[in-house]
Amino acid sequence: MNSTRAESYPLRRRRVVASLLADRGEMLVVAGLGTPAWDATAAGDHALTFPLWGAMGGAAMIGLGLALARPERRVLVITGDGEMLMGLGSLATIAVQAPANLAIAVLDNERYGETGMQATHTAHDVDMAGMAAAAGLPVTGTVESEAGLEAAMMALRGAGGPVFYTIKVRAEDLPLALPPRDGVELKGRFRAALLGQKA
Amino acid sequence: MGAPQWPGDIFRALVDLGVRQVAYVPDAGHSRLLDLCAGEATMTMVPLTTEEEGMALLAGAWLGGQRGVLLMQSSGVGNCLNMLSLVRTCRFPLLVLVTMRGQEGEANPWQLPMGRITGDLLRLQEVFVHAVDDEARLGEVVGTAGEAVFAGPGAAAVLIAQSLVGVKTFED
Repeated sequence: MNSTRAESYPLRRRRVVASLLADRGEMLVVAGLGTPAWDATAAGDHALTFPLWGAMGGAAMIGLGLALARPERRVLVITGDGEMLMGLGSLATIAVQAPANLAIAVLDNERYGETGMQATHTAHDVDMAGMAAAAGLPVTGTVESEAGLEAAMMALRGAGGPVFYTIKVRAEDLPLALPPRDGVELKGRFRAALLGQKA
Repeated sequence: MGAPQWPGDIFRALVDLGVRQVAYVPDAGHSRLLDLCAGEATMTMVPLTTEEEGMALLAGAWLGGQRGVLLMQSSGVGNCLNMLSLVRTCRFPLLVLVTMRGQEGEANPWQLPMGRITGDLLRLQEVFVHAVDDEARLGEVVGTAGEAVFAGPGAAAVLIAQSLVGVKTFED
């Protein structure tokens, strides 16, 4: 294991997520629990972002259900390496469905950020983008620096998918940016914004 | 004896409920119902690698305005317990159809532990449990449970007794 390299990764998660969500248009967003949810909130709390406070391992599958229900809308899942590791089987399930409108961005700091920055399996060089490619997702990759970030963000925002990118980001402590905690409220505002008041 | 009627009854109930996403880990007891759903153009079949994926999937479906159903056997219920926190906390609708193992006549002792606590586990996570051993009532129970689930929204599971599913004998 390389226990310190992530502390010097050049990409910073808050800026990556702010760029991913800039001018988001009609995009629907699911943010995995912990720091990815705070990152998405720091970029601007939004009714069409569904941030998770739990359901670890479920973010990509929530994205799949949403993508199948709304094939005309781009669905972006922003999650962390620990969260995605808990739901690796969902990569196979997503590959079978192959929704072109689904994209998954894993912000990989090689740490469990909410529990004390313990190393995840990716600190031991487990390659999740390789797993996604092996499952059959057509557009996959790993980005470790500015080179390639723009192309990855273009693919995440618009390429025919499913798209899966690991974005290596610096392991760092950041200020909390908390979304609403009430799950009923988060669900209700998302449905009202997407489906109208009849929801 | 001909093929049982209840898979067709449940299928018609699911059509009437407007179910669009059918998530499942296959079970022999669900095979006829799965075939019927796969032949229905309005339904998308979503095979899962583990049952908890289905709970997250159907939460996403509901966010997008679609209804779904989750099919599994009783051993799968244990795989879902934490993901039921998503369903409870956000009050997502959830309709689960569980074929029971580990009941009378079970020939695989490894099915007994989960089979004996399936209903209790679901109730602990506030899933309304309908245990059905009368095949004539299955379609009606699924229909009424589903209406309550999507109107609530809430969570309900219909446990289909092993006596209706049949016993796997492990004999050639």
